[in-house]
Amino acid sequence: MITPTHYMWLSAALFIIGVIGVLVRRNIIIIFMSIELILNAVNINLIAFSAQLQNAVGQVFAIFVIAVAAAEAAVGLGIILAFYRNKETINIDEMNLMRW
Amino acid sequence: MGEAIAFYFIAACILGFAVLVVSTKDTVHSVLFLVLDFLFVAALYVLLGAQFVAAIQILVYAGGIVVLYLFVVMLVNLKRPPEANSDPHRKTQWGFALAVAVLVELVVVTTYSYVRPIQPLAAAAATAMPVTGNTEEVGWLLYTSYLIPFEIASMLLLVAMIGAIVLAKREL
Repeated sequence: MITPTHYMWLSAALFIIGVIGVLVRRNIIIIFMSIELILNAVNINLIAFSAQLQNAVGQVFAIFVIAVAAAEAAVGLGIILAFYRNKETINIDEMNLMRW
Repeated sequence: MGEAIAFYFIAACILGFAVLVVSTKDTVHSVLFLVLDFLFVAALYVLLGAQFVAAIQILVYAGGIVVLYLFVVMLVNLKRPPEANSDPHRKTQWGFALAVAVLVELVVVTTYSYVRPIQPLAAAAATAMPVTGNTEEVGWLLYTSYLIPFEIASMLLLVAMIGAIVLAKREL
């Protein structure tokens, strides 16, 4: 029997993999993909509870999360392109223009 | 029984591909593993009875966002590998330590839910909706109770689109 707790464990594991990707990798494109993994983990939780409570509101919020993720990806990748055009790098260790 | 087998198979695929996304050296391979990961998450949504969100997941994530990522990966033509000259003083173990801290937090929350199981919410489940079927149910909620958030989300997408064009344009 698969309970919502199983989905919570899966979602927690996916979230942790995303957090490790954000904190450890230096390639900013991979960091963005890790953020997408984190948002997917959140969505799994929302949908699991929506199924448990027999209430579709969780699915509505999952759709909002997907919309925000799409906006985030578009703007973030635009910033990456603009930065790459100026500095020729996507390594976040070299993105220190504003460090004092 | 069949549900359990499907769940464990999909969960193993999701976690395995997520690890590959984070650990692969080649960025293009990483994006392709991300597509597979999104597809298995969509399969999980179907397993949970959320067919509409599964379709949105495939259309928006696997179809739209991933194409955006592939475009960017191919536009930034890297002559040297991106992680070649990293800061030598950077402490990767701190990253892992922080991730372990988040993991401990999540484990505490999840074990707490064993101590106090979810109470069945009769009131929430009894909300009468004159519809049948998943897509209809979600659409009903989106255009009645959540109409204003829905419109705000559309404004957000418009702003993001304009912002992306402004950012990616060479000169205005």
